[in-house]
Amino acid sequence: MKFDVKNIREDFPILKKQINGKQLIYFDNAATSQTPTCVINSISDYYNNYNSNIHRGVHSLSEEATEAYEKARGKIQIHFNAKHKEEIIFTSGTTHSINIVSNGFLNLIGEGDEIIVSGLEHHSNIVPWQMMCKKTNSKLKVIPLDKNGELDLKEFKNLVSKKTKLVFLNHVSNALGIINPIEEIIQISHSYNALVLIDGAQSAAHFKIDLQKLNVDFFTASAHKLCGPTGVGFLYGKKELLEKIEPFMGGGEMISDVTFEKTTYAEIPHKFEAGTPNISGVIAFGVALDYMNSLGFENIRQYEDKLLKYATEKLKEIDGLIIYGDVKNKTSVISFNISGIHSYDIGSILDKYGVAVRTGQHCAQPIMDHFDIPGTVRVSLSFINTFEEIDILQEAIIKAKSMLS
Amino acid sequence: MTIENLQENLIEDFSFFDDWTQKYEYMIELSKTLDKMDESLKNDENLIKGCQSKVWLNADFKDGKINFIADSEAIITKGIIAILLMVFNNKTPDEIIKSDVSFIEKIGLKEHLSPNRANGLYSMIKQIKFYAIAYNKK
Repeated sequence: MKFDVKNIREDFPILKKQINGKQLIYFDNAATSQTPTCVINSISDYYNNYNSNIHRGVHSLSEEATEAYEKARGKIQIHFNAKHKEEIIFTSGTTHSINIVSNGFLNLIGEGDEIIVSGLEHHSNIVPWQMMCKKTNSKLKVIPLDKNGELDLKEFKNLVSKKTKLVFLNHVSNALGIINPIEEIIQISHSYNALVLIDGAQSAAHFKIDLQKLNVDFFTASAHKLCGPTGVGFLYGKKELLEKIEPFMGGGEMISDVTFEKTTYAEIPHKFEAGTPNISGVIAFGVALDYMNSLGFENIRQYEDKLLKYATEKLKEIDGLIIYGDVKNKTSVISFNISGIHSYDIGSILDKYGVAVRTGQHCAQPIMDHFDIPGTVRVSLSFINTFEEIDILQEAIIKAKSMLS
Repeated sequence: MTIENLQENLIEDFSFFDDWTQKYEYMIELSKTLDKMDESLKNDENLIKGCQSKVWLNADFKDGKINFIADSEAIITKGIIAILLMVFNNKTPDEIIKSDVSFIEKIGLKEHLSPNRANGLYSMIKQIKFYAIAYNKK
């Protein structure tokens, strides 16, 4: 199939929107991806035709909703190649998933144990572990970055030991787009019997992930970065691990037997899915994955690589522009500053030209501290973007620069 | 001049601009008119939290009036500070407490008021009012 961006853009109604009288140029895909019509329609279809609570009713509507919900679980299992369907737990997103794991291990971690996170993390993969370490008296260690912003693997090899119980890192850095060497980190961690959680929030949209091949212990991603709706994501965990850890949210759906004396939890995945979930969102997540697979992840990757290369060249033409994390192994994200100008000022002016970018610390203050900068402008490209849009971005940055210097 | 008069003047000034570029250029000009804030005042105590760009605001109470001095890393934010200080500087706590801030909307800078913008305009106004309330009790 030919990868025709013009046609693909027709699938995204929001791209017709005008911002400040200009055509919207959406370069904030790493914050949230835009939503194709088929996903939007699947949500209204759910509410129009089979809105009903799942796993409970004996009536036809409930059965229909349950079937669609569980079918989505199957789609995610197949796409990410998990061994068992019940290893996929629906959550409200990556942050929720990480908290399930950090809370789940509270009784299994203690004094003297160590936990390692990477220095490239989003706050959502730092704060839960700090909270956990405080509660368990365990120690948090951080894999440092080298001068380009890449993880220092040598240092990691020094940090990891028999004391290491858990290792957490993102697959791709949200602030810089750097792809971390997770295969190697998983292998090294496992040689010390440490478990690994990979936060795939920024990777799952860019390449296909094979969980069994990775042999990762836990993995999580959010639907809204994969053309799906907000408020939905999943946690993958190896079956024996999910069976071992305690759920931190109690409620309906997650029990098999309740008396006032004792509750027996339901089997996985339901043990972790307390309360009525985001049913339409989960179903729409499945539709979003179908949509992306119909475009082909390999095609998406190739096209995004071309966009990244072009945009990097175009931005480097601008005097005084500094790109952070400009390394070989990265996704289509460019994090930059223009010397002497604050990222907030650039972002405000780009917005006036209809260009949506993210500015600031990107919820990754330690990375900004590493480069000793208050923040960056982040342009995150995706397969809905065009080369013409990059030309407009370059022009807009040049205009902003001349206004601000 | 009263706060109300000053606000009306600003609304009039801004009404002459045809498009956003002129407005922003004017704000950038205004940012350069701000009194220099001493580096020692740019401390954590004066830092306004929740801003994408750092904003420091310090207040002095003298002869019944409040003198503000402020700075930011971002030039557009600095322009906004200049506008706010034009209105609120050298006024009594009572005047500040009673003042209305809808002029921001009227000069077409409403987008900077949204909490999402997190540029601190919202927090700055809040902080200015807090100072006024605090000094009013003195």
